[in-house]
Amino acid sequence: MNLNLTLIGQAIAFAFFVWFCMKFVWPPIMQALQERQKKIADGLDAASRATRDLELAQEQANETLRESKEQAAEILEQARKRSTQMVEEARDSARLEGERMINNAKSEIEQEINRAKEELRAQVSRLAIEGAERILEASIDEKQHGQLVDKLAKEL
Amino acid sequence: MAGTNQTPTEYIQHHLQNLTFGRHPEHGWSMAHSAEEASEMGFWAIHLDTMGWSIGLGIIFLLVFRKAGKLATTGVPSGLQNFVELMVEFVDNSVKETFHGKSRLIAPLSLTIFCWVFLMNLMDLVPVDFLPMLAQKVGGFFGADPQHVYFKVVPTTDVNATLGMSLSVFALVIFYTIRAKGFTGFIGDLTLHPFNTPNKLLQALFVPINFVLEAVTLLAKPVSLGLRLFGNLYAGELIFILIAIIGLWQLPLHFTWAVFHLLVITLQAFIFMMLTIVYLSMAVEQH
Repeated sequence: MNLNLTLIGQAIAFAFFVWFCMKFVWPPIMQALQERQKKIADGLDAASRATRDLELAQEQANETLRESKEQAAEILEQARKRSTQMVEEARDSARLEGERMINNAKSEIEQEINRAKEELRAQVSRLAIEGAERILEASIDEKQHGQLVDKLAKEL
Repeated sequence: MAGTNQTPTEYIQHHLQNLTFGRHPEHGWSMAHSAEEASEMGFWAIHLDTMGWSIGLGIIFLLVFRKAGKLATTGVPSGLQNFVELMVEFVDNSVKETFHGKSRLIAPLSLTIFCWVFLMNLMDLVPVDFLPMLAQKVGGFFGADPQHVYFKVVPTTDVNATLGMSLSVFALVIFYTIRAKGFTGFIGDLTLHPFNTPNKLLQALFVPINFVLEAVTLLAKPVSLGLRLFGNLYAGELIFILIAIIGLWQLPLHFTWAVFHLLVITLQAFIFMMLTIVYLSMAVEQH
């Protein structure tokens, strides 16, 4: 355990190593560390920004969805109204048409009845004249009695 | 055991002797052939094994970290870069927690101390006979007497190495004190504490007392810093050597002590680093 030149040699080596470490070892490692730190911080920043954007977009999407749902409901409501309206209209027109047809039929029937009545009346008056001729065996002046017969026929 | 005809005492002494090159009073500049010759050389001698291993390990540390620094990317780090960054951040955090001034030197200094001291301590885990025996073979090949080839592998078991570092740290402490507080501030630190009074006459009386107390405090820093590391590693090495003496049963004991020692070497490297930071921050901060 002699103190000797080794002490000085060791001190010189130590000084050299520290100098070398300070000049060539420490700075690049520290720089890399700091750059990575910055990069990670930037990345985290970007991630949080992206999350915020995503939230915003989701909100927007929800809004749009809600609006479109409302619109769809409105359209449906309109369509339902329109359809009931159309059914109502159709029903009305059908009823009118029916009434018209019933009226036509009624008037036709009336006409038929009248015609039948006329015919019947004519036949009855002829039959009555013929009957009277047979009963009286004599000719009857058609002009003279015609009026009478017509009167009779009208009473039928 | 290394030599077959060695007594245990000789074996231990052989292991605790450095490979010394120096100026012997009789033989001039030469290798020391014995512990006596080495001590006769006095100050003008150098421990080749200590210097070789410490410089070699320091260069390994710097090369590995330099490579990692060159390859450092800001992307996903690879294995080596991961490890190096882990060390750098660990040291950086330790420095930031303790040293509140601003200095480009302190953090790289701490990193160098921690890694270098750790690597030097780590040599303690190499079985005690491997490298010395290899050295004896190499020495024998070059014509030296193998019995006189000494080889101490762990630089931190050489008090020169630890004191060399702690005195460098001490020089830095004084430099930082003077830079932060000026020369008068440095003198004031030494003479105006711990006894301080507004009475000028009484203060003049206190100055020498303060100076003695503060000088001891100041000088105790490098000495304790160096000797702590040296003592821990020297004791550890000695126990490894003692275990190596007992023959076959050394294996489980050796393993146990190595596991325990793994803690010690890391802790000692960390303590050396932390104390350096603490001393330097004390130098910069005002009382």
